[in-house]
Amino acid sequence: MDNKELLKTLSETNGISGYENNLADIVKEIFDPYSDRISRDSLGNLTATKWADIEQENTIDLMLAAHMDEIGLMVKNIDEDGFIKFTNIGGVDPRTLIAQEVIIHGEEETMGIIGAKPPHLLSNKEKSKTLDLHELYIDTSYNQEEVKEIVSIGDMITLKRDFMDLNNNHVSGKALDDRAGIVMLYECFKELSYLKTKVNVHAVATVQEEVGVRGASTSTYSIDPDIGIAVDVCHGDMPGVENDLVVDMNKGPAIAFGPHVHQDIFNKMKEIAEDIGIPYQIEPWPHPGGTDAWAIQIAKSGVASALISIPLRYMHTSVETISMDDVNSGGKLLAQFIARIDSEFVEGLQCY
Amino acid sequence: MLLKKLSEVSGVSSDETEVRNLIRETIEDKVDRLWTDVMGNLIAVKGEKKEGKKVLLSAHMDEVGLMITGIENNGLLNFRPVGSIDKRSLVSKPVLVGDNKIKGVIGSKAIHLQKKSERKNPIPWSSLYIDIGTTSKKESQKKINLGDYATFNTEFKKLGDNYVKGKAFDDRVGCSLMIDLLEYDYDFPLYLVFSVQEEVGLRGAGRAAYEIDPDLALILESTAASDVPETEEYGYSTSLDDGPALTVIDNSIISDKEILQSLIDISKNNDIPYQIKRSNKGGTDAGEISLTKEGIPSAVISLPARYIHSPVSLASLKDYDNLKKLTKLYLQNFKEGEF
Repeated sequence: MDNKELLKTLSETNGISGYENNLADIVKEIFDPYSDRISRDSLGNLTATKWADIEQENTIDLMLAAHMDEIGLMVKNIDEDGFIKFTNIGGVDPRTLIAQEVIIHGEEETMGIIGAKPPHLLSNKEKSKTLDLHELYIDTSYNQEEVKEIVSIGDMITLKRDFMDLNNNHVSGKALDDRAGIVMLYECFKELSYLKTKVNVHAVATVQEEVGVRGASTSTYSIDPDIGIAVDVCHGDMPGVENDLVVDMNKGPAIAFGPHVHQDIFNKMKEIAEDIGIPYQIEPWPHPGGTDAWAIQIAKSGVASALISIPLRYMHTSVETISMDDVNSGGKLLAQFIARIDSEFVEGLQCY
Repeated sequence: MLLKKLSEVSGVSSDETEVRNLIRETIEDKVDRLWTDVMGNLIAVKGEKKEGKKVLLSAHMDEVGLMITGIENNGLLNFRPVGSIDKRSLVSKPVLVGDNKIKGVIGSKAIHLQKKSERKNPIPWSSLYIDIGTTSKKESQKKINLGDYATFNTEFKKLGDNYVKGKAFDDRVGCSLMIDLLEYDYDFPLYLVFSVQEEVGLRGAGRAAYEIDPDLALILESTAASDVPETEEYGYSTSLDDGPALTVIDNSIISDKEILQSLIDISKNNDIPYQIKRSNKGGTDAGEISLTKEGIPSAVISLPARYIHSPVSLASLKDYDNLKKLTKLYLQNFKEGEF
């Protein structure tokens, strides 16, 4: 499948943290032709495994992780006029929700609009302040009785957004964090079908990242890899942000550097990228938190970990924007890295 | 003095190579076996073949520091903290950047040029820079890589007979104590973990504990002494010269009660002063170690030091000696079946 087409499908499929089944079905289907085994664990992580082409005396396991869950909302209350109050699952910015269309996943999928008092009726004081989550509500046009027939407290609510193709191979939509990461893993698996590897590769579509990198914890424990690489998104350059906290769009995937990255893996990736001319950027991370790499590194007696990020603008909104070129380059870089891993390299990871 | 060497080497979290090499060199001949794991922890064992339960001592090698995150057009370096640092303590301090230890200073706008409102607020991270004397982005890029670590350029020195000042006492004093404790013999296999990445979320030591699977763990740390003018006495977490500090509870652990009681009894019976750390804040590797696998009985003994997590801290050698004595007696009095 074409990468952009796949990202569109993944972006428009809904799966809030803990409710990733729809995504898992698609991921399973697309990885199937490139994998030797596909499994799902009790938390819901989906793992596509490709055995090594060249058998080794001591097997080497390499894990790739991209999370399939997205942030979203949950029904908290239905008021007497049928308006729905909600809470957040993951880091939602309430300021981005006004005038957002949503889908409530009740008895049936129900459309709704997050409304707000029109500007004509706002006092000067109201105009100058933002709205908190508890001040927002969803309008489904149904009255209380009708809403209650299809919607219950605890139902999941996802943002409704069609995937968009912009200029320069940039694309925009919801949940590109981290569905774009899954596409990078897919690109990597496609590339690997032309390469010979000495390692077993486990591509994991992890669950519950947005609520505390949980899926990566359990999947790393069970796979027990020698190397674990998280693929996620990072902040792309845009007006109004501090320069040293962002990377450029369209200049290649960002190879992270910091406490959660094993320096040998970092150096090798950089070297390979330069060798074969894959564009890349360096992303310094003084603090290791915030992605699956956090959990992967500290599983059991420790895992040599790394992080590749896709530059993304407007994170955690419904118009997350990335460059497909960055995703594709990242997939190629991962595959080339994997093809160059041997037992000597893995043994060296313990030598400081 | 070993502590001087330990204090003056650089080792910001995940860049502990210099510290690790120094310790490796120092203890190589005093242990049975020495290795590193995939995290970079340095692990040593003394008396590996001895019967008896495994005891683990742990102290972290890493220190808080800075990471270069950007380069301005005029060559100045942007940076962010690695670990928790009070940004007010950074202005007008000398630093060493990267593996080549390039000298730099953290400058700030002169007081003459500051607006009134600026004088009242700490300078934000985005307005702090390291100046290494370069005059263009290009020139800086030749000397510096994004992600390079920077440490404080602070000289270790004795102040009077009893005090020492220097950087990274948290937790090079723990490393130094562990090395000192290798002088003695014990009735059980003693594992030493010189851990990495404590300051960025207690990430190293727990992994080593998973591998070693010890029966008991003692964590040797440095803790904040707050016996200083701006604090009321009841607010002192620990005080200098009142002896080693024992942790009852902090954000990461409730120390094992039997170990704690045993430490208190030994102090009393041997006239070693001790103090209970009064603050319940903070966390140490003990948190991660104690929760490893089925759980490992653990306790924390700390050396009080003033101004930790800043470019310079101050500690008492008397406390250091007492901590060493207490730990040594505890380990030597260790009885089978005590845990």
